[in-house]
Amino acid sequence: MMSHREIEERIHPYVDGELDIVNAREVELHLSACEECRRLELRIRALSGALTASAPAYRAPAGLRKNVRGALRREAKPARQNWWLVFATGAACALLLLVFAISQMTRAPRNAIADEVVANHVRSLLATHLVDIASSNQHAVKPWFDGKVDFAPEVRDLAGNGFPLVGGRLDYLNGKTVVALVYERNKHPINLFIVPASTNRVSEPSALTRRGYNLIHWTRGEMDYWAVSDLNAEELRQFAAHFAP
Amino acid sequence: MIRLIQSSQLRDFERRIMPHLDAAYSLARFLMRNDQDAEDVVQEACLRAFRFYETFRGENSRAWFLKIVRNTSFTALQRTRTNESDVVFDEELHSPETQTDVGVQLDRDLDRQTVRAAIEELPPEFREVITLRELEGCSYKEIADIANVPVGTVMSRLARARRQLYLILSKNYPDKTK
Repeated sequence: MMSHREIEERIHPYVDGELDIVNAREVELHLSACEECRRLELRIRALSGALTASAPAYRAPAGLRKNVRGALRREAKPARQNWWLVFATGAACALLLLVFAISQMTRAPRNAIADEVVANHVRSLLATHLVDIASSNQHAVKPWFDGKVDFAPEVRDLAGNGFPLVGGRLDYLNGKTVVALVYERNKHPINLFIVPASTNRVSEPSALTRRGYNLIHWTRGEMDYWAVSDLNAEELRQFAAHFAP
Repeated sequence: MIRLIQSSQLRDFERRIMPHLDAAYSLARFLMRNDQDAEDVVQEACLRAFRFYETFRGENSRAWFLKIVRNTSFTALQRTRTNESDVVFDEELHSPETQTDVGVQLDRDLDRQTVRAAIEELPPEFREVITLRELEGCSYKEIADIANVPVGTVMSRLARARRQLYLILSKNYPDKTK
């Protein structure tokens, strides 16, 4: 048998229907005999009754409901932005891959041409066929090419810069008839091949090395320029800088 | 794809959680004791609930949501509570002795504003348990889950809260209690 104190603690759960049948039965028995506990039960019920009757619960204002829906939609939205981010990242990756592939494809012929430039250079030295027109005068060399190639090469006199013009000759590069200008630097011959470019894109001088020869390639004015020599890289770079300032 | 999942999650959330918005607001309103703070708390709680919706296992959406509302409210209360008298809640301190001389009847015509004001006089932990039990009809187990306390604490806290609320209401209307 529970004490009065223990029973009292169970009156709230009893009124709230939170007691199991055995405990509820015991509280009921006690209530029928104990006036104090009976009054407590009545007060609990009176309070619940007053609360129910006055209905003090608040209702969410319409404005709040609307704001919450708006906030939720904004909250759900970043996912869409992420989705676009995923798409954009994918597109950027695809683009990078494409650029890389194209650069690889264009690099391959460029490498092939570099090899051919070196071969031409070597041949021009071996066969004592360095020049078709021997002249240090640019105004003599330039007109010599008229009618021999379908473009007018730029011929510069760089004697003042320590790169005297030796002459010019016709050569073949990449299956085309091209202009080869010959310059000299301290007895080191420099072959400068001038080839119509496949694009009108401008590229700055870039240095390469092939079989011990230094090469510099640049593109300007719809022309590809290939300078090749056994000259050291720095002096060849100076030559390129003087020819295409 | 992600967008579809997100929008279906939003629909699901609106279908299961939004019906409890009134209960959420009522709880927040009694805890915060003013309209603007209650709206702020509910809005913040909704966003938090939506962010954590994946963790909801679908057992009891009302208790799950009210727990978030309750925690958001108490966090907000703690920010402003320093200048209130009830800095630390003490179950015993806030427990008046049973007065056997008070009657066993309350005026059944107590108006809504009087009852609301009486509830607001209680400390937050009592406002919480009264709102959940008397207004929302939550079980002791649900209240224990929401308030993150043992069922035994819910029981004793509810007993004290009721006693105090009863005293406030009967004191305010001494002529109407027998």
